[in-house]
Amino acid sequence: MGGLFSYFRNLLGSREMRILILGLDGAGKTTILYRLQVGEVVTTIPTIGFNVEQVTYKNLKFQVWDLGGQTSIRPYWRCYYSNTDAIIYVVDSADKDRIGISKDELYYMLKEEELQGAILVVLANKQDMEGCLSVAEVHQALGLDALKNRTFQIFKTSAVKGDGLDPAMDWLSNALQNRK
Amino acid sequence: MAPVSKRDKKEEEEGGNIFQNLDKTSVLQDARTFNDTPVNPRKCTPILTKILYLLNQGEQLGTTEATEAFFAMTKLFQSKNAVLRRMVYLGIKELSTLAEDVIIVTSSLTKDMTGKEDLYRAAAIRALCSITDATMLQTIERYMKQAIVDKNPSVASAALVSSLHMSKTAGDVVKRWVNEAQEAINSDNVMVQYHALGLLYHIRKTDRLAVNKLVAKLTRMNLKSPFAVCMLIRIACKQLEKDGGDYADSPLFDFVESCLRHKSETVTYEAAAALVNLRNTTARQVAPAVSVLQLFCSSSKPVLRFAAVRTLNKVATTHPPVVTSCNFDLENLITDSNRSIATLAITTLLKTGAESAVDRLMKQIASFVSEISDEFKIVVVQAIRALCLKFPRKHSTLMTFLSAMLRDEGGLEYKASIADTIITIIEDNPEAKEIGLAHLCEFIEDCEHVSLAVRILHLLGKEGPKTIQPSRYIRFIYNRVILEIAVIRAAAVSALAQFGALCPDLLPNILVLLARCQMDTDDEVRDRATYYYHLLKLQEKGLIFNYIVDPMQVCLVSLEKSLAQQVHDKVPTKFDLKSVPPAPVVSTTEDTAKETIPEGSISSAPNRIVPVQSTVSSYAEKLQGVPGLQSIPGTLFHVSEPIELTESETEYVVTCTKLTYPHHLVLQFECKNTLSDQLLENVRVQIEASEGYRIVKEIPIPKLPYNETHCAYVVLQFPEQLSLTVTNFGATLRFIVKDCDPSTGIPDADDGYDDDYMLEDVEISISDQIEKVSMDREAFDRAWEAASDEDFTESEDTFNLPGMSGLEQAVTKVVKFLALEPTGLTKVSERSSFTLCLPGMFRGGVEVLIRAKLAVANNGVSMQFTVRSAHSDIAELICAAVG
Repeated sequence: MGGLFSYFRNLLGSREMRILILGLDGAGKTTILYRLQVGEVVTTIPTIGFNVEQVTYKNLKFQVWDLGGQTSIRPYWRCYYSNTDAIIYVVDSADKDRIGISKDELYYMLKEEELQGAILVVLANKQDMEGCLSVAEVHQALGLDALKNRTFQIFKTSAVKGDGLDPAMDWLSNALQNRK
Repeated sequence: MAPVSKRDKKEEEEGGNIFQNLDKTSVLQDARTFNDTPVNPRKCTPILTKILYLLNQGEQLGTTEATEAFFAMTKLFQSKNAVLRRMVYLGIKELSTLAEDVIIVTSSLTKDMTGKEDLYRAAAIRALCSITDATMLQTIERYMKQAIVDKNPSVASAALVSSLHMSKTAGDVVKRWVNEAQEAINSDNVMVQYHALGLLYHIRKTDRLAVNKLVAKLTRMNLKSPFAVCMLIRIACKQLEKDGGDYADSPLFDFVESCLRHKSETVTYEAAAALVNLRNTTARQVAPAVSVLQLFCSSSKPVLRFAAVRTLNKVATTHPPVVTSCNFDLENLITDSNRSIATLAITTLLKTGAESAVDRLMKQIASFVSEISDEFKIVVVQAIRALCLKFPRKHSTLMTFLSAMLRDEGGLEYKASIADTIITIIEDNPEAKEIGLAHLCEFIEDCEHVSLAVRILHLLGKEGPKTIQPSRYIRFIYNRVILEIAVIRAAAVSALAQFGALCPDLLPNILVLLARCQMDTDDEVRDRATYYYHLLKLQEKGLIFNYIVDPMQVCLVSLEKSLAQQVHDKVPTKFDLKSVPPAPVVSTTEDTAKETIPEGSISSAPNRIVPVQSTVSSYAEKLQGVPGLQSIPGTLFHVSEPIELTESETEYVVTCTKLTYPHHLVLQFECKNTLSDQLLENVRVQIEASEGYRIVKEIPIPKLPYNETHCAYVVLQFPEQLSLTVTNFGATLRFIVKDCDPSTGIPDADDGYDDDYMLEDVEISISDQIEKVSMDREAFDRAWEAASDEDFTESEDTFNLPGMSGLEQAVTKVVKFLALEPTGLTKVSERSSFTLCLPGMFRGGVEVLIRAKLAVANNGVSMQFTVRSAHSDIAELICAAVG
C-alpha cells in the first residue's frame, strides 16, 4: 500500500498543480500567496494584473496564480481558467456590504466550462478583524449549500496572523491526490 | 536578440533565412503553445522570436489577433527561464500598442523591476513604461522614482530613458521626478549621468531661466561622463542661439571653448563642431576650434579624420580664411584610402584654395568621382558651384566637368543639384550663359526626371530669348513637344511662347509651331497653346508683357475665392485685382535649406529659417467661421507671426496674431487656461487703443475650461492718418473666474468673481501692413525705373546703424524688421557694400518698392534708405518707421 502511495506521489510530483486564487479586491489574495510561498507577511499594493509563483507545500509543488480582484480586472480572470486544478476563493469576512457581490462573482466563475473539474476552497479571511462574519455566516451568505457536484470546503483564516492556512492546504493537497 | 542575429548570420551563410517564409496565421497558431502547462521555454522562445520578426518586417496584426497573442504570452510569466522572460519583455513592448488591456501585466512587471533578479529589472522597466498610460503612471510612480536613483546603472538608465519617453504623454507626472533625476546626475556611471541630464533638460526646456541655471550649475560641476558633456555643449549652444547677440563675454561660450581642451576626443570634437556651427561667431572665435579639427585631420582614426574634414568643409563656406591654415593637412587627405574623406578634403580645398589649384584638384576628383555615392557627389557639385561664383573665369573647366557628371547615372537629387548649379552659374556669369544653356538643352534630350525637365524648359523660356541666337533653342524645345509626356509638352509650349513674346523676328515661326500644338491630345497643352497663340497674334506689347513675360502674382486660392464671391453676390462693381493679396513668397534659402532637423531633438546644427507657407488663405477661411467677423469689408491681406503676450508656463497663456484687412485690423488672442481648478467665463482682452484707432467690435470667449485653447477677437479700424498706425496697445486679459473641481471641471458655485491679468503690449509695426512680393532682380529694377515718373513719390533718408558687426547682420536686421522678401540676396558677407531690394504691397493694394544701400562704415553700417510708392504718405511712413 505504501509503495502504491509513493508511486502516486511520484506521478503527481512530475506535474505541478495549477491553482488560481480569486476573490474581490482587498480580500487578501496576494498576502495569502506570499504567506504560502515565503511564510511571511509582505506589504502589498492592489494587484493590477496578476502574480504567479511556485509554492511548495509538504513536497507538493503548486503553481499559484493570484489574479487582481478590482472590478476592471475581473473580466480577465477567464483568460487564465484553462487547465486549473483548484480554485482558492478568498472572501473578506469583515466586508459585509460586498459579500453579495462576492457571491455573484463566485457563481459566475463556477459556471465556466473550463472550471468544471476544479476543486474549490473557500477562505473566510480576515477572521482577526472585530465584528467579522463567522465561517457559518459566510457559508450561508455565499449560498454554498446549493453547491452540487463540486469537491469543496470552507475554512476560516487570517492571512496576516497565518491562522487557518495549514488546515486548508492540507485538505487541498489530499483532495488533489485523492482525485487521481 | 544577440543569439538570434548570430543564428541569422549562420543561416545566411548556408544560403537561407529560416524566417523567410513565415506565415502569420501559422505563427499565431503556434503561439497557443504558450497556454500549455508546464511551459516549455525551448519551444516558446523561438515562437516569440518569430512573432517579433514578423512585426519588425511590417506584418500587420489585428487588434483581436494581437490581444490573443498578448494574453497567451502573459502565461509565460510562470516560467523562470531568463531567456524566455526577456523575450516576453520584448514581446510586451512590441504588442503594447496593438493589443488591448495590456495593463494586465502591470503587477508582474512591477515585481520584476523591484525584484532581486538584476537581469530582469531594466528590461522590466522599459516594458512597464510601454504599457503604462498617464492615468496608470501614478500607481507605479513610487517605483519609478526608486529606480531612477537605483545603484544598478542599467536600472537607473532604463528608468531615466523610460521617463523621457513617458513625458510625452504624462509630462506633469514626470516633472515631479526632478529631484531623483537631480540625484542621478551625480552618478559615477557615464550613461546614467548622460541620461539624467537628458531627462532634466527635457523637464525644464520650456523654462529658459531654469535651463540657464541648470547649465550654469553643471558647467561648474565638472561632469564625469563625456556624453553628458557633449549634451551640455549642445544645450549651451541652443541657449546661446536663443539669447542672440554677442558671445564675447558669455560664460556659456567660455564653457564651450574650454571643452576644446577636454581629455575626451568626443567632447573636443563636439565643442569644435558646436563653435563652428554657431551663428554670428567671428573668425577669431572660430579659430581655436579649427585648430582642434586640424589636429584631428592627422589622427590615425578614420572616424576622427572624417568628422574633422566634414566639419571643416562646412566652415569653409562661412569662414574660408580660417580654414586656409589647414590646407596642408587637407592636401594630405586627398589621397586618403577612405573615399568619403578624400572627397570632403578636395571640396574643402576647392572652397579655400587659390584659382591656380582648381585644375589640379578637378583632375583629382575626376579620377574617382564614379566610385563615390550620390550623397558625396552632391557635396562635390556644391563645391563646384561655390567655385564658379568665386572664380568666374574658370567656368569652362567646371562646366565641362558638370556636363560630364550630368551624363552619368544618378538619382533625381543629384541631377537636380547639378542642374541647379548650372542655373546658378548662368544667372551669375553672363559669359557662361550660352555654354550652360547648351549643356542643359543636351540634358533634356535624355532626361528621365519630369520635374527637372520642366524646370529647365522654364529656364530656357526665360533666358533663351535674351541670347544672341535665340533660334537655336527652338529645335530643342519643339522636340520636347513631339517626344514627351503631357506635363513636359505643356512646359515646352509655355517656353515657346516666351520666345514669341520677346523675339519679334521669330514670332511668325512660333505662331506656326503653336498652331500645331493646338492639335495636341492633352487638354492642358491645347489650352496653353491656344491661349498663347491668340495673345501673340494680337501683337500688342502691353498685353504680351503682362500676360506672358511677367504674369501676375496673386495668391491663387484667394483669387478663386474672390471671384466666386463676385459671381455669387452679383455685385455690379468691377472686379479689382488689387484687392487680392499677392502670392505668398516661398523663401529659397540656398543649399542649406535641405538640411532639416528632426523635431524635438537637441541638435548642434543651427536652426534654419523654414519657409512660411501661405497662412493668409487658411486664416481667411477660419475667420469666415467666426460669427461677427464676416462683416469686415475687403479680403484678409496679411497675417503676422503669433506673438506671445505672456511668459510660457504662466497661469494663462495668451498669444496674439495680427490680421490685417485693407482698412481694419483684427487681433486674434489665443488664450489657454492652465489652471485645473478654474473655469473662466466671458474671457476677453481689453485693448487701450492708441490715438486714431477705433475699436469696432470685441468678441469674447464664453467659456474657457482647463487645458483648452480658444480665441477672442478685437476688431479695430485703422486711423485715417497713416503716421498714427505704427503704435503700441496696452492689453489686459479680463474674465470671470469660477473655482471648480479639478477632476470633473464642474464649477463649485454658480457665481464667480471678476479678475484680470496684465499682458504685454501689442505692438503694431510697419511690417503688419506690408505683404511680401516675390520678384527677381531684373523685375525689381524694371519696376524701380517705372516708379521714377510723377505718379510715384519717393522718400529717402540716411541712417547709421551702430553696433553692427557686419553687412550680413545689418541686412538680416533690416529684412527682419520689414518682414519682406529680399531679391538677389547672395554673398553678402563677401562685399563691403550691398544694395538690398525689397518689393512689397501695402494694405489696400498699393505697390511699395524699397531700396536700401548698405555700406560698412567706421563704426557700424550706414544705410541709404529709399522708398518709392504711388502714395506719398506710405513712403514717408515706411521711411519714418525705419528710423
